[in-house]
Amino acid sequence: MSAAMPAPVQWDTAYNFAYLDEQTKRMIRRAILKAVAVPGYQVPFGGREMPLAYGWGTGGIQVTASVIGPDDTLKVIDQGADDTTNAVSIRRFFERVAGVATTEATEEADIIQTRHRIPEAELAEGQVLVYQVPQPEPLRRLEPREAETRKMHGYAEYGLMHVNLYEDIARYGHIATTYGYPVMVNGRYLMSPSPIPKFDNPKMRDMKALQLFGAGREKRIYAIPPYTSVKSLDFEDHPFTVQSWDDCCALCGATDSYLDEVILDDRGGKMFVCSDTHYCGQRRADGHVGPQGVPGVEEAR
Amino acid sequence: MSAVMVSAPVDERRPLLRVESVSKSYGSTIGCRDVGFTLYPGEVIGIVGESGSGKSTLLNVLSAQLPPDSGRVEFDLGHGGLRDIFTLSEPERRRLMRTDWGIVHQNPRDGLRMDVSAGGNVGERLMAIGQRHYANIRAEGLDWLAKVELDASRVDHLPKTFSGGMQQRLQIARNLVTRPRLVFMDEPTGGLDVSVQARLLDLLRGLVRELGIAAIVVTHDLAVVRLLADRLMVMWKGEVVEQGLTDQVLDDPHHPYTQLLVSSVLQV
Repeated sequence: MSAAMPAPVQWDTAYNFAYLDEQTKRMIRRAILKAVAVPGYQVPFGGREMPLAYGWGTGGIQVTASVIGPDDTLKVIDQGADDTTNAVSIRRFFERVAGVATTEATEEADIIQTRHRIPEAELAEGQVLVYQVPQPEPLRRLEPREAETRKMHGYAEYGLMHVNLYEDIARYGHIATTYGYPVMVNGRYLMSPSPIPKFDNPKMRDMKALQLFGAGREKRIYAIPPYTSVKSLDFEDHPFTVQSWDDCCALCGATDSYLDEVILDDRGGKMFVCSDTHYCGQRRADGHVGPQGVPGVEEAR
Repeated sequence: MSAVMVSAPVDERRPLLRVESVSKSYGSTIGCRDVGFTLYPGEVIGIVGESGSGKSTLLNVLSAQLPPDSGRVEFDLGHGGLRDIFTLSEPERRRLMRTDWGIVHQNPRDGLRMDVSAGGNVGERLMAIGQRHYANIRAEGLDWLAKVELDASRVDHLPKTFSGGMQQRLQIARNLVTRPRLVFMDEPTGGLDVSVQARLLDLLRGLVRELGIAAIVVTHDLAVVRLLADRLMVMWKGEVVEQGLTDQVLDDPHHPYTQLLVSSVLQV
């Protein structure tokens, strides 16, 4: 898709390359370097106003804008899909202000900006995964005081997080937290993995790609360098588990991917499909067909 | 000095808390002045006085929540011996607060997490010191609810559905679960009706004796100290005007203010 496109690349030169001015990018890169040096630690940065509402990925966009180069290929996903509103508009934004090549193929991308998912395909060394984070502080729900949560991080006092998990088990009989499931990074810092489903938590452990997290409203950046230990919190008698489904993907038949439930009619009809659209499409192109899939549909397109 | 029946070996009679001429003022207003005493393990000391006499200031200084202008507060850290609590590093002090110390606030809302279930409230300290086995934490929580006479069926209920007396008992359970060596209590029976007060005092007295916990109880209610405290300190205008064994002070008050205090209690 992003085949050899010999430069010169073009962008809307009314803007500086990748929208942010160079000093801002340097400031954000310094924050990123610090974040990589102290895995899981939330580094404050001077978040800028972006041409996008808070909550739509302003943090992720600023991180992407600071690390992207003219030769990079960008992939943007929202809930695993390349074709949802948020993903489409952010991808178009970078096409316009940075003139970079974009792709839907996970393995072809240098930078993948994501909201709520980690791609199913294993990422490789050299790739960068940028998360959009609404609330970087995992302790916030239990401890509203910022000064106090900073101390708790500083002194590694994380007992309170288990109170949250205790409450889950007491109320539901199992740990009912399914997204934004808290993790310990590098055995030191408690970290919120942004609202990805806990299904994706194990993928963060020892990932070959660099993971960067940007929270625009809260103005925090944190990171997990490649090959870093990431452990999901649990109890000895209630170990961490990921979601599982009785069905496979209705289109491609995958049993190892995160499935979205799609309501088909008002009589209880539903189907489960891969949330990672590229992964699903790839499988169908390879000839896999699910119970409701149509063989050969990918070749026809 | 205190009401200890058996004479323990000398090294076990090490003071738990030693307070030396502690003073704290707010500008020209005196909080407390030149207060000193020694507390031994398992001993309960009462601090009484009227509103504004410096009781709460003193308690805040003793519990390391407010640095004094002068004087020292030393706590026996066990292995380290007596250490000035204000020279401890902040993480050490915070660790002390959630292991060896307990603080029972007058208003249970200050001491409880109101949006966490009763069992979670009791289990918080256990998880803070590293327990990671759900069933054990829950069993300990249930055990402590029973100890403070709360119904086991309320273990998953939020404290805001509890009555004032139940909240106060839950707060006590939450503090005692790590078996602290020293508990600070600020008006533990304040705001409770008389029959609930009596039951709570009975419970506190039993727990403190059974577990051998030392306690500092601040109150304006002489009945509370009569029941709980071995020794008594009477504060007036920021100074300790009289101290001694509780019965001695209450039955034979020497200072005019103590006499006034004792005679002000309505005899029914």
